[in-house]
Amino acid sequence: MAYSDYETVIGLEIHAQFSVNSKLFCRCSASYGGGDNENTCPVCTGMPGALPVLNEKVVEFAVKTGLALNCKVNQKSVFSRKNYFYPDLPKGYQISQFDEPVCGNGHIEILLDGEKKKIGITRAHIEEDAGKSTHHGEFTLVNLNRSSVPLLEIVSEPDMRSPQEAAEYARTVRSVLRYLGVCDGNLEEGSMRCDCNVSVRKKGETKLGTRTELKNINSFRFIEKAIQYEIERQIDSIEAGQAIVQETRLYDSTKNKTFSMRSKEEAHDYRYFPEPDLIPLKFDEAYIAKIKTSLPELPNQRSARFQKDYSLPEYDALILTIEKEMADYYETVVKTCGNAKLASNWIMSELLRELNNSKKEISDCPIKPEALGEMIMMIDKGTISGKIAKTVFAEMFTSGKSPKDIVASQGLTQITDTSAIEKIIDEVMTANPNQLNDYRSGKDKLFGFFVGQAMKASKGQASPEVLNDLLKKKLKG
Amino acid sequence: MDKKEVEKIGRLSRLKLTSDEVDFYTNHLSMILGHFEELSSLKTDGIEPLITPTAPTAHIAKDEVKRTITTEEIIKNAPEKSGNLFRVPPVVGGD
Amino acid sequence: MKFLNQTLLDVRDQIQSGKAKSVDVVSESLERIKKYDKDINAFISMNDAAIKRAEEIDARIKKGEKVGRLAGVPIAVKDMYCTKGLKTTAASKILNNFIPQYSATVVEKLEKEGAVIVGKTNCDEFAMGSSNENSAYGVVQNPWRKGHVAGGSSGGAAAAQAARYVFGSMGTDTGGSIRQPASLCGLYGIKPTYGRVSRYGIIAYASSLDQAGPLASSTKDAAEILTSIAGFDEMDSTSSSEAVPDFAKEINTDMTNVTIGIPKEYFGDDLNPEIKSVVLNAIEVLKSQGAKFKEISLPHTKFAVPVYYLVATSEASSNLSRYDGIRYGLRVPSQDLNELYSQTRSDGFGTEVKKRIMLGTFALSSGYYDAYYKKASQVRRIILNDFLKAFTGCDAIICPVTTSTAFKVGERIKDTISMYYNDIFTTSTNLAGLPGMSIPGGLSKEGLPIGVQIMAPHFKEQTIFNISQALENNLKVDLKMKGGMVDGI
Repeated sequence: MAYSDYETVIGLEIHAQFSVNSKLFCRCSASYGGGDNENTCPVCTGMPGALPVLNEKVVEFAVKTGLALNCKVNQKSVFSRKNYFYPDLPKGYQISQFDEPVCGNGHIEILLDGEKKKIGITRAHIEEDAGKSTHHGEFTLVNLNRSSVPLLEIVSEPDMRSPQEAAEYARTVRSVLRYLGVCDGNLEEGSMRCDCNVSVRKKGETKLGTRTELKNINSFRFIEKAIQYEIERQIDSIEAGQAIVQETRLYDSTKNKTFSMRSKEEAHDYRYFPEPDLIPLKFDEAYIAKIKTSLPELPNQRSARFQKDYSLPEYDALILTIEKEMADYYETVVKTCGNAKLASNWIMSELLRELNNSKKEISDCPIKPEALGEMIMMIDKGTISGKIAKTVFAEMFTSGKSPKDIVASQGLTQITDTSAIEKIIDEVMTANPNQLNDYRSGKDKLFGFFVGQAMKASKGQASPEVLNDLLKKKLKG
Repeated sequence: MDKKEVEKIGRLSRLKLTSDEVDFYTNHLSMILGHFEELSSLKTDGIEPLITPTAPTAHIAKDEVKRTITTEEIIKNAPEKSGNLFRVPPVVGGD
Repeated sequence: MKFLNQTLLDVRDQIQSGKAKSVDVVSESLERIKKYDKDINAFISMNDAAIKRAEEIDARIKKGEKVGRLAGVPIAVKDMYCTKGLKTTAASKILNNFIPQYSATVVEKLEKEGAVIVGKTNCDEFAMGSSNENSAYGVVQNPWRKGHVAGGSSGGAAAAQAARYVFGSMGTDTGGSIRQPASLCGLYGIKPTYGRVSRYGIIAYASSLDQAGPLASSTKDAAEILTSIAGFDEMDSTSSSEAVPDFAKEINTDMTNVTIGIPKEYFGDDLNPEIKSVVLNAIEVLKSQGAKFKEISLPHTKFAVPVYYLVATSEASSNLSRYDGIRYGLRVPSQDLNELYSQTRSDGFGTEVKKRIMLGTFALSSGYYDAYYKKASQVRRIILNDFLKAFTGCDAIICPVTTSTAFKVGERIKDTISMYYNDIFTTSTNLAGLPGMSIPGGLSKEGLPIGVQIMAPHFKEQTIFNISQALENNLKVDLKMKGGMVDGI
């Protein structure tokens, strides 16, 4: 049988670290870095008698995110202890939420290859992060700076059918988190982590296959690659008559393979029970309503608005709104130049290409949106030609200089003065008597030759319209 | 509760038990659970479990950083450390 | 004894007014401990800075500064409370070298009120026990009678107070650990409402049941200490913001508008006759003061012990996971992490603690959760509902504290079941989060103290103190130890 006889079923567990000042259950700094064990206290190091106290902001962020993911926000939710031993888990249990999470039953829409698809969200719950163990062969060192940093675990339904869908879902969730300002969504630094549950089954089969959980994936590209590898591994195993083992597998991006973590006996009896040191979270309708009204415009809403207000095609609107910073950038450009279509064209083609080539994010784009707007305005007003604009743009991207300065210092202003252009045409005609004769005896095709020569002589600065008009007149004689 | 169960519980709670201890705890725990069997006679369908017996309004803290203790104090009691990090042996083999 | 046979309030007043010096009072306390504690074994460790602290208090008073409710008086603290810079063991080998770098909120409050903490008292390991025989630091003798237990788990706290080492002794009560030893040692010991006192920095046994409270030699002394330590704490999410009365000041012994319930389930045929007669006598005395009595029913009382042990051990199995030999406490070195965990914990925990960790692990484990932990938590609500219903018809409940007087060391330790069922009269209040107090009610024929228990609705400790004071005034129990281990009482 071939790979194409199988169907893939994928569900994602996304851990989003909330961008807050202090930890989930103590007032230690939740920021990255810090000296070894600098951001710790009796609570997050599990000292005897220390007790957790919930961070207000985390609750607000969780509700916000839940609402943005179209979840039902539960008026009562409960914290539970998940018990297991590990050196970076100082209490011997992780405070999480189990049977009564803060958010349940949501969904989000993704767009892939022009097709829309709704991905279900089973639940989203608040939990604390563990510390960090670094292994050095003979010994392991434990740093608890990350212990009790707040996370939201967003669990999807097994609704995705391809690695591309999984990656697109993750990108869409990240986009929402960043719009909300609750998580910076940095996969490399680990402020957003994606664990992928993958299984395969023969097409037409309704029962789910045995799944494996892929961890240690730190880019969207690797989500696709890891899942692709895992799909093929699973199908190969099944075809070879081997059963899939339900286990956690680590993705190694340098080898592009997944490896079994060797599940331990009884490792799964976490003995969840309600955390007696915390009171259940309770919200009234008014609180939820208040948060709802405070929600910012979300990517899908912004995309719809861009289509409506700026007459952008759906695809362009979507690309421009995935990143909040990109959408903000676009709107600033439009505000400066007043030409929505031209702004979209320049960003979608030139800017995205340059950013991509230089591996830069829009937030560190060397061209400020006001400057790009100014440049577009210069095109609009005829100060520079579209062609010259490309040169100006390239210079802006490398030097960060303003378009005015570049145009002025390099003398790139478009020549619209008819006498100046006539002078250039005269010179070109004088320099090419044979071609002129040929043209005048009916070789119309040579018109393009003269345009090229004249434009070259003007260093590209001649206004194409003016040049065309004058050239036609002059060539006639 | 049988010996196998006690051995499993011992592993789950990271307690190393000698075979005498396994016997001892199997006896004691079985006896205790036997006495507690009377609970099963009580119908509890639909009753919400009680966790916190009084109902204080949930206390929630403001999201601000407060330093209450130094790193030196945090690691002071550690049996073994490297610099300011806790030091432990690695996991060798399975559980 | 110059000071220690007086009440806390009297000596506090003398220190505050300059008539007595804290240094002298604390010195007397330390001398007494030095003299008797080799035999009684109430303390695990002493606070070397106590005298210095007393001198500071005296100096502040001399300067005219206001020093709090407990100005300059020596207080003992159970070794379950973290004390900054002072070894805290929970009477366990696994914490035998642990020096906390922070203090429990209660300890901070005691110190803010001017108390001088003289030392850390012995108890059952992690407060698991009813006789103080489960301590890595040895059994505590009952000052009333050598060879008899002081009760538990706050056995050292009770012995320290009964021996009049101090003016108040801080205990913790998860299933009766303040009230039972108070009863066996002839003391006033109150377990406040769950949430009344912060649990921050108190080593957890069972988080939803643990409460801190004082053992003292009079109603007012206990009340004054409770006022000092109670109140909301931003470090404990389960602490209550309920207003804290000035309990001692507001004591009102007028019993004419007080209705007290007598739960018939607590007075079964098997109730020890001496204990029964002491409680009945207390009822008569309160009647003579105008209190009304009515029979009530707490029909699910017999389930309290199994529910208590299932809930407490489940929580404990999780609470004690942090003792893993990594960040503090005992470590049995090993080349392998899992070996380190299990060796450290096997070596560091005592038999009873291990038994309870395993019981709790079992009750929470997959396949048993519903039948044990969840079932117990549901019955816990039924038990609370019994009390809520009963309190619609009465202001307080009167009943026994213990099934017997102080028993002999070694007599029951092998019999787990009878040891557990000793807690029959005390566990319900913890399950329901209610305040309960043991008040000296009389002596047995053998001359050992017997307590009477008063319970009240949530946050009605004042009602309990009122009744306690009425009993103290009118019972006139002879608390002079005959044949005791210490003199001067």
